[in-house]
Amino acid sequence: MVKKIFAYSYVYLILAILYLPVLYLIVFSFTDATFLGQWQNFSFELYSQLFANKEIMTALGNTLILACISAFVSTVIGTLGAIGVYYCKKGIKRLTEGLNQIPVVNAEIVIAMSLTVMFVFLGQNFFGNNSLFSFWTLLIGHCCLAIPFVYLNVKPKLQQMDPALYEAAMDLGASPTKALHKVIIPQILPGIFSGLLLSFTLSLDDFIVTAFTRGPGLLSGQAQIETLSTLVQAKIKKGAVPPEMRALTTIIFLIVLAIVVIYSIRVNMKKNNRGRRKELKNASR
Amino acid sequence: MKYKAFRKCLAIPFWLFLILFVIFPILFIIFYAFTDVNGNFTFDAFTSFFTSPVKLNVLLISILIGLFNTFLCLLIGFPLAYILANPKFNKNYVLVMLFVMPMWINFVLRTGALRDLLSIILNACGTTTGEHPLLCTMIGMVLNYLPFTILPLYSTMLKLDKNQIEAAQDLGCNPVKTFTKSIIPQAMPGIVSASMMVFMPTISSYVISDTLSEGKIMLFGNSIYLSFSNSDWNGGSFMSLIMLIIIFLVMLFTRKFQGEKDADRGNGSW
Repeated sequence: MVKKIFAYSYVYLILAILYLPVLYLIVFSFTDATFLGQWQNFSFELYSQLFANKEIMTALGNTLILACISAFVSTVIGTLGAIGVYYCKKGIKRLTEGLNQIPVVNAEIVIAMSLTVMFVFLGQNFFGNNSLFSFWTLLIGHCCLAIPFVYLNVKPKLQQMDPALYEAAMDLGASPTKALHKVIIPQILPGIFSGLLLSFTLSLDDFIVTAFTRGPGLLSGQAQIETLSTLVQAKIKKGAVPPEMRALTTIIFLIVLAIVVIYSIRVNMKKNNRGRRKELKNASR
Repeated sequence: MKYKAFRKCLAIPFWLFLILFVIFPILFIIFYAFTDVNGNFTFDAFTSFFTSPVKLNVLLISILIGLFNTFLCLLIGFPLAYILANPKFNKNYVLVMLFVMPMWINFVLRTGALRDLLSIILNACGTTTGEHPLLCTMIGMVLNYLPFTILPLYSTMLKLDKNQIEAAQDLGCNPVKTFTKSIIPQAMPGIVSASMMVFMPTISSYVISDTLSEGKIMLFGNSIYLSFSNSDWNGGSFMSLIMLIIIFLVMLFTRKFQGEKDADRGNGSW
């Protein structure tokens, strides 16, 4: 019993420390004091300021657009890649897997630097000294981070699949494309979905690759693309987290919390269903 | 048999992407590391790196901080993962999710929040964050990388062989010996992949060290970033190359421990 109390207090202590900075911002998002740590009076002033702040809204828009596009592109390329490689000979499979592992183990800053150097070189030598940096280079950077993980998420689902299924569909008269999206895709859908989610979050959270490979474009127009990460970094380099950002933190936290709650309810429901089925089985015996 | 070619063709964009944006950039890094501004072959970047005490210092400090951070994360994360994976204490996956949840809040924002909080606490104690750069950076590193340690450790802890641990106890091992002779060897793959998840990103991190030490601690990531903002492509490329070599060496080193089964790490993150 003492052991249990000790264990629980350790777990909750670490959890509390982990959440403290974020909770701190959240608590002080409900006051209109500009200095953090000062409490004036309870208000939603910061929330209306947040939505009126053009800079933050632009960055938020950029971040979401970029995350959606890069998640979509990475998922398509990664999934098709995984399917194609799955049906290849062993040698090619091994080689591709080795290549795919490079960005996974590589440091983010090395990926960013290598892409930047390449774009600089191409811009200087093949595009008449023009800068290549734009939304497209940024998109390539984010896809570089995400595609290997999509591949790694889809691959195990393909291995679980019955390899004869595709042939069976073909024998029964399906065209290759039809067999692909009626037979294979449904089988590996969970893997595709988790790959999509992972690439979305990777893009949302990324700072280094964005800072290196961005150029003008998207909602920022002629200026450099600002995403949430680069905007926050620029702000906290000069001083405290801007007050409007506290309101934003609360909103992000609530969204993430909602996802976690829904997920855990689903997991528990599955567990209960399984438990009930077991009971029925035992009862029928 | 046309469809057999068709399904291989599906991977063409993937292969193109890997070649164009993974292999080529690395070749460009090697090219830039050994040329000068005009594109002539030189060892300038090489000699200026290995003769500059400042840059060598940065490398040494990065490795030390990386090791220290790995050690701290394992020290805190190991018992945590053990408790979370032990059905005696915890049967619920939700608690594990709670540890992973901060990872989904923008990490620059989290770092900024931590800095503000630390500066308020330190101001109350009569100092500032600028006066304790190492302490603040380490707190930031541990808080940021702890979830990455907990996940791989947790998944290996779930597979711990309870019978072997009990057998060790029955055969007369005291708790310390059971821990070192049975639990640690069984959890080794998790420890190795957790260390990988912490050590490499710590060395190459930029935002955490830059924000929390107020620019006073330069890690390897910071100095690569600095050469990026100065458009020093040759020096930056050379440092990236060194980083790549370090990563390669660490990978070789960990292969020994990990075995083939856990080779596809990264699946564990979801």
